[in-house]
Amino acid sequence: MKIHNYLKLEFPSRSVNEALARSAAALFVLPLDPTLEEMGDLKTAVSEAVTNCIVHAYTGEVGRILMKCRILDGNVAEISVKDWGCGIEDVAKAREPLYTTGGEERAGMGFSIMESFTDEMRVRSRPGRGTVVVLRKRMGGGSGK
Amino acid sequence: MKISGSYKGGRLTLSFSGELDHHAARDAMKRLSQKLDAYSPRSCVLDLKGLEFMDSSGVALLLRTYKRMNELDGTMCVRNVRPQPMRVLDASGIERLIDITGAV
Repeated sequence: MKIHNYLKLEFPSRSVNEALARSAAALFVLPLDPTLEEMGDLKTAVSEAVTNCIVHAYTGEVGRILMKCRILDGNVAEISVKDWGCGIEDVAKAREPLYTTGGEERAGMGFSIMESFTDEMRVRSRPGRGTVVVLRKRMGGGSGK
Repeated sequence: MKISGSYKGGRLTLSFSGELDHHAARDAMKRLSQKLDAYSPRSCVLDLKGLEFMDSSGVALLLRTYKRMNELDGTMCVRNVRPQPMRVLDASGIERLIDITGAV
């Protein structure tokens, strides 16, 4: 598959960088002429992915997060968010709606939002090694705007 | 993320503006709790007209506000929600608990 453009962004897992990550992803996909809804969905999914790294992967410590954005054939934006944190023991459990280990500050909706706001979500995780979440979404789809 | 409040006749109106994510949520919840504790209102209106972005951190914040208002035997509603936050609220199913209307 041809990669039409890419962006790599590495930053520490500080919550102030949540806005930076979703804004960078939004700017990167602008040439695909996304609708406002597609743009909002992508920003939301990226925000959830990066928040998971900060809250869960690196609880009580600051680690590094690598976000890679690619534009693939067919106006598809691919965003991967990788950490080298604690990893997820049971990915299927973590993906269940309302499941959270984050207490009452979290709604347990991160993965379900990422899944429903994109066309494809893949999660690979190894306990003690880290996690990568790959999101794909076709942009400018069908609107002809 | 800014929150401004006004109180009249038992009703506390809190207007949100900016972006509500995990980074902003802790401070927002603290300020919101302070207002609720200070006024113990009969009803609480969260006006989200100025809220440009919200992720699931906002859902947790609304749920906590809802629980707090229940403890106070009061009611709450959410008004003027823009399309992006509304997508998140729709996905959460929180409308089954809380009265929510979108921006016109």
